[in-house]
Order: sequence, then C-alpha cells, then structure tokens
Amino acid sequence: MTLDLDLLPDGGVPWLDASGPEGLVVLSTRIRLARNLRDTPFPPRASDAERAQARDLVVAAVQATADLASGVTIRIDELTRLERQLLHERHLISRDLAGLSAGGTVRSGAALVSAGATGAMINEEDHLRLQVVKSGFAPGAAYADLERTDRELGARIPFAFHDEFGYLTSCPTNAGTGLRASVLIHLPGLVLTKEIAKVLQGLTQVGLTFRGLYGEGSEVVGNLFQLSNQTTLGKSEEELLDHLGKIVRQVIDYERQAREVLLRNAPTVIADKVWRAYGLLRHARSLSFEETMNLLSGVRLGVGLNLIGDVGVYTLNKLLVFTQPAHVARQAARTLTDPDLPAIRADFVRQLFDDDARRKPRDGSATAEG
Amino acid sequence: MQCQRCGERPAVIHLTQIVDNTHTEQHLCEACAAQQGIQTEASLAKFPVGDLLAGLDKGAAAQLPTTETSGRCPDCGATLQDFRETGRLGCGRCYETFESPLRTLLRRLHGASRHIGEPYVSPADAGKVPAHAGGGAGGDLPGLREQLQRAIESENFELAARLRDEIRERE
Repeated sequence: MTLDLDLLPDGGVPWLDASGPEGLVVLSTRIRLARNLRDTPFPPRASDAERAQARDLVVAAVQATADLASGVTIRIDELTRLERQLLHERHLISRDLAGLSAGGTVRSGAALVSAGATGAMINEEDHLRLQVVKSGFAPGAAYADLERTDRELGARIPFAFHDEFGYLTSCPTNAGTGLRASVLIHLPGLVLTKEIAKVLQGLTQVGLTFRGLYGEGSEVVGNLFQLSNQTTLGKSEEELLDHLGKIVRQVIDYERQAREVLLRNAPTVIADKVWRAYGLLRHARSLSFEETMNLLSGVRLGVGLNLIGDVGVYTLNKLLVFTQPAHVARQAARTLTDPDLPAIRADFVRQLFDDDARRKPRDGSATAEG
Repeated sequence: MQCQRCGERPAVIHLTQIVDNTHTEQHLCEACAAQQGIQTEASLAKFPVGDLLAGLDKGAAAQLPTTETSGRCPDCGATLQDFRETGRLGCGRCYETFESPLRTLLRRLHGASRHIGEPYVSPADAGKVPAHAGGGAGGDLPGLREQLQRAIESENFELAARLRDEIRERE
C-alpha cells in the first residue's frame, strides 16, 4: 500500500490555518483519550492475532461514528518507514505507533483512522487513542468533539473500566480519565528574556508537564513547547481542562509581557533578529531542519510583534510542517539520508514564501497582535 | 557581589526563601547553586527535555511497593515483575489482580486513586444501575469530600463552594 496523504481531508492538518483563538502564540490544542477493550490483553502484551482482532473491532466501531465515518483508514504496519515518519511529523500518529521510538518496531495491528480534526490511533500502547486537534487555544471545542465520539464508541464496544480506578490503561500514568490535553505553544519572548526556565519549573509545580514538538522524549526546537496535564486520575475531565486552561492563559500573558519588555528595552536587537531570520529564510540556499525551525520562530515573533506585515501565520504553519525531514524527502522523492535535502528544503521555503505572497498579499487569518 | 559559598565567582543566583516566617537570602554562583541542587536557566537548558521525561514511565513502575511480588494475572499471565520491567500492565484484569499495590502506586502518581470523571456503562450493562456515578453533579460523600479537598488545594474556590454546598445538602 502506498500512502496518499491527499486522501486525508485537509491533509490531516486542518489546524494549520491558524483560525483558532490566540493563533499567534498557540499553534494547536490536542486532547486525547486512552481507551482499552475489556477482556483483551493490552497491545504490548497481546498476540498478533489478538491485536488483529482488536483492530478489526475498533476500526469498525470508529468508522461507524458520526465524526469518523468519512475518515481514511490506514494500516500503519503496511507502511514504509518514510511514510510512518510522515504521519508522525503531521502529528497524526505518535512515535510509538509509528514504530520510531528507540529500538522500536511497528506493532502488528497498528492502524489510524483520520478525518479532519479527529483521529483514532489503534493498537498504540492502548487499543484506542482517540484524539481531536484544533487550531489555536481551544480546549473546550476540542473536548466537546472528543466526548461525543467517545460516547458513541463506548456504547458500541465494551471498554475496560474499573469502579474505583476509572478507565484502565496500559501505563498507570494514564488511568482514570485517560485524558491528556496538550497545547503547542510558541514562547520566544520567554526564551529571549531568559524567563523560560522559571516558567517551566513553575508548571511542573502545578501539575503540568512540558515536552518538545514531537511529544514525549523530544527536544525543544524553534521555541515550541507542548504543555500538558501530568495526572489523569482523581480529577474530572472538566477540572483537568479547566486547570490546564487557566495555567496556559497565564503562560500566554507572561509571553506577552516578555515580548513587551523586549520591544521596550531592546527594539533594535529584536528587529534585527527578526529581519535576519526572515532574510535567511527568503534567500538561503541550504537549510537544516533545526535551523529552519529556529528561523521560523524568529519570523513568527516578527509577525506577532507587527514588525513583519507581509507574512501570514498560515504560511508559517505550512512551513513548519512541510520542511520536516520526511516531508522534504517525500516531496523530492529522495531518501531521508539524501545529502541534498538541505538544499531542497531551502528551495521549498523560498518557493512557498513567493507563492503565498503572490496569492494573497496579506493572509486574512493572520491578524497580527501581541 | 561574590558568591557566598565559594567567595570566588560572582553571585548570579539570588535565592530568597521564607520558611516558617524566617526570611533567608542566598547569593550564589552558577556552580555552587548547581551543587546545591538549585536549577537555573543554564542548568535547565543543558538538561534535555527528553531525559527529564524519559524517566517518567519507568518511574511509574519503580515506585511500585516492593512488599508484594507473587501472583500472576489469571487473564493475561502477567506478573508484577513484568510490570516492573516494562512499566506496562498486561490487561484490564491486572488492575484487579494487583489492586492493592496498584492503588498505592496510583496515589503516588496522581495524588488520588478514585476516578471521579465521566462514569462508564458498558453496552452489556446498559440499563442496569451504573456502578459508579461520579462527576460534579453526582458522586458519593467520600468522593465529594475528596473533590472538595482537591479544589481547596488547587485554590479553585468557586468549585469548592459548590462542592461544600452539595455535601451539606447530602449530610
């Protein structure tokens, strides 16, 4: 089977349009629920036959829900490594499901059903990981969609549930609600003012954790952080989301304040940083992925500060996704280790800036503020 | 200002602590602060996020009480030793088989072991009385008190007031 991402509605990344609240600071809000079938061993312990059976059962139930009925079903265990990485780079599947974690292989029975903002990962470490991703800071909207689909599914297939412990999961860190909400947030102001360590440390004290762009175990690139709840048991879904929401609002405020401080105390330094980043992206002939992420962060800051007026956030979000290694390699029909990738990436970046500038002098969705 | 501890390097960390109304101030250099286990911007930056979080999963199993080691899950055959090694439980039944040590573990991980989120009624049990009716509007008294305690701890006073009223009503 060859993966055709064009089959996915909006390529599986409708959140790229930056239409959501706080779109300049918060790229996306993702919430997932971990669920398991009753009377079937969890995927890491199940046999190939049990996993295949679980997959068929869950996929059939998922395809019968309102939000996923139009979805595309992909068998992850039939894809090449490049294709799996591609899905992972789009945040459609986790590193575990993609079989990309250290020493990891693809689990037999691994599958994905994806329809726009909603997705179902099957045979991850839990039988079902249901997720909804929304543009910007939108935990309420994301959870409303998620809850609806979860209810439909729970009425069709029996989930493993314990009177005291709640929903049962492969790893006890997910038990209870099985809910993990995470917000992908861009914090260059806090990094540049060196306040970030304090903020991140504060987060861990109030029950939140932070991760890099690719989730668990990944490093921070391009000043992008994923903030999420640490615990899943002993609080209601509403409490968990409420708490995360309050803290994220505070972090957004801190980031705004940091940007104001930068503009007030070092306007020339910041303007120079921002325009240099833009200049490099517009003219460089070879770009590594990490450099691209850092430069994009500079330009995104420039757009947020109203210094750069002719670039839309949608363009920046597209660049963020399509300059990742597997995306560049696939587009140019090369392998992941091809030495020409940095040059191809630089060409693509220039091209996209030019195309988007021509199409629309100013992106409608990118109303610049704070 | 020089570092109070080594007296050599300039103090860059200024730590103010208030313990039992006693106010203390420390002025330390980066190296001495690190030795005292005080995390700084620089030390945190050198510490990849990955390492910090990679410890989490295994940490879960490592925190398991060591008193009980025997027993095998009748459904999937997993033992507590398996869990210690992989950090993953074998199946839903494992939670019953190893209920007592897991309860302790869940409390350590989450600060609670009682689910108060959405209750679940499986398709087979639909129509019967739900075994657990949690959530804000329902829940038994001990559950509500637990919620109240947490609401106070997290300074969610609006929720705490609502819970307090609900508990009074039921009492």
